[in-house]
Amino acid sequence: MLGIVRQKMLEQSLKKIPPAVSVLRSYSSAAKQMTIRDALNSALDEEMSADSKVFLMGEEVGEYQGAYKITKGLLDKYGPERVLDTPITEAGFTGVAVGAAYYGVKPVVEFMTFNFSMQAIDHIINSAAKTNYMSSGQISVPIVFRGPNGAAAGVGAQHSQCYAAWYASCPGLKVLAPYSSEDARGLLKAAIRDPDPVVFLENELLYGESFPVSDEVLDSSFCLPIGKAKIERKGKDVTIAAYSKMVGYALKAAETLEKDGIDAEVINLRSIRPLDRSMINASVRKTSRLVTVEEAFPQHGVGAEICASIVEESFAYLDAPVERIAGADVPMPYAANLERMAVPQVEDIVRAAKRTCYRSVS
Amino acid sequence: MVLGRAFEDMCAQMYYKMFSFVHFYNGQEVVSTGFIKLLKQQDSIVSTYRDPIHALSKGVFTRAVSKLFSKTTGCCRGQGGSMHMFSWEHNVLGGFAFISERIFVATDAAFTSEYKREVLKEVDCDHVTLAFSRDETCNNGQFFGCLNMAALWKLPIVFVIENNLWAIGMSHLRATSDPQIYKKGPAFEMSGVHVDEMDVLKVKEVAKEAIDRVRRGEGPTLVECETYRFRGHSLADPDELRDPAEKVH
Repeated sequence: MLGIVRQKMLEQSLKKIPPAVSVLRSYSSAAKQMTIRDALNSALDEEMSADSKVFLMGEEVGEYQGAYKITKGLLDKYGPERVLDTPITEAGFTGVAVGAAYYGVKPVVEFMTFNFSMQAIDHIINSAAKTNYMSSGQISVPIVFRGPNGAAAGVGAQHSQCYAAWYASCPGLKVLAPYSSEDARGLLKAAIRDPDPVVFLENELLYGESFPVSDEVLDSSFCLPIGKAKIERKGKDVTIAAYSKMVGYALKAAETLEKDGIDAEVINLRSIRPLDRSMINASVRKTSRLVTVEEAFPQHGVGAEICASIVEESFAYLDAPVERIAGADVPMPYAANLERMAVPQVEDIVRAAKRTCYRSVS
Repeated sequence: MVLGRAFEDMCAQMYYKMFSFVHFYNGQEVVSTGFIKLLKQQDSIVSTYRDPIHALSKGVFTRAVSKLFSKTTGCCRGQGGSMHMFSWEHNVLGGFAFISERIFVATDAAFTSEYKREVLKEVDCDHVTLAFSRDETCNNGQFFGCLNMAALWKLPIVFVIENNLWAIGMSHLRATSDPQIYKKGPAFEMSGVHVDEMDVLKVKEVAKEAIDRVRRGEGPTLVECETYRFRGHSLADPDELRDPAEKVH
């Protein structure tokens, strides 16, 4: 017994000693875990630290530490002049932020949910997105609009819509949808550094999820290119293209499909506008089958755009019609059982992939 | 009033069975009782997301309860949710999540009442609409658009502002250049009245005056009721920014 106690005390004291290089060598490839929340918070912190023109604006971002705690600690660090709690007037504070961006400061506007961005959509589209073109390049608008997008859990129709397709249809905007912590850090940093307006669509249900991050991702200069998708899982039988939370579902579907001998390639879109058409087409030319997955309403959605791109560029390579998995064509119901039926589930993706392979789905 | 408080307290206990947002009204019951109990069946109310007690006061009882549990027996059959109480029978035109959207809906309901009387010649139509809203709405541009139209067209509407001094974690005083909301009425040639007691009889007196004025065709009123919410914004709110002494009751 004393031996065990002595052993535990030794372990404790070893933990207090800074690790020697030899110890580090065996753990140097082990990834640290980071939540999306921390990834976003650290990205904001680092960009604000590097550039004093970057400031935050939104409801409850300061004293409340952020409605979802994404901006935690930033008010204390940067002060109320750079972390502004606003009154509840999305049109008001978004308009003010866009005007500020005309003069070269870099606002990061938080919408408590992108549903509330509809109150400010005139500013996002008309005042921000179109200005660089309308002014013939004289005025650029280095602004980021960020916040949770899409369905949460039991929040009803007015809090659950996905706005990816709406914003992605507008020239002049960039639209990003991170999935993992690496995406969240890299893409938010890229968005803040970008000279154009960027819509950054997060997901409330992913904020608490942890993902492994390498040392490279943790470095303050880490940045991901806008307009490039990522192949999360290589495969050869069917391509599954998804964004945000649905990437996780697509990966789970791929595991299920593997047991049935179908090797799925999962693409994390990351960037909805510009869409990485070349990567998606290259993948479909390899697999000949495509399933698109999104939580949003089906009509005029991201899946529809991807399908059009494939038909335009890779039609001869398709061995089956494109399958489009999307949310149900109804305002999000409130009751839990109805809500579950209104958003795609892993089984829906599995069945769609099997249909493209002409397998029985029963 | 007592029913409202008991209802909210029971909701708090049953929260985890509800699977929803729940935004409590504890402390503000005087406002809904003081105003809504003076209405007729055909009068309309439009509310905030803190709306179950408004619906209750208007007569939507068991169906409101069912709604919170997402049951098909609820007033919206599980489709709307706690924030969106609708009942055509009781003229409850919804709770709305967006703070300024509801003001428009209410103004439209009042407009329709006026239209029925003036154009469709339904001379007995003296329906009144109560637009419930809160302090944070009064910093929103759309609110001012509605005040203007309501006064301009003498719409049968009473804007009831439940000033509970807090929007989630943002104090009304930090968000508003002039925190006295009732003063915004006269800027639009509309009476602005302030009631600063959590006293149901005083609120009722003010409410009666405002509703009677509207029924006589003398135009809308903006009533600011200073009240307080004893619980957080919702059960998910850690409510760390308010002084605990404020919340004692």
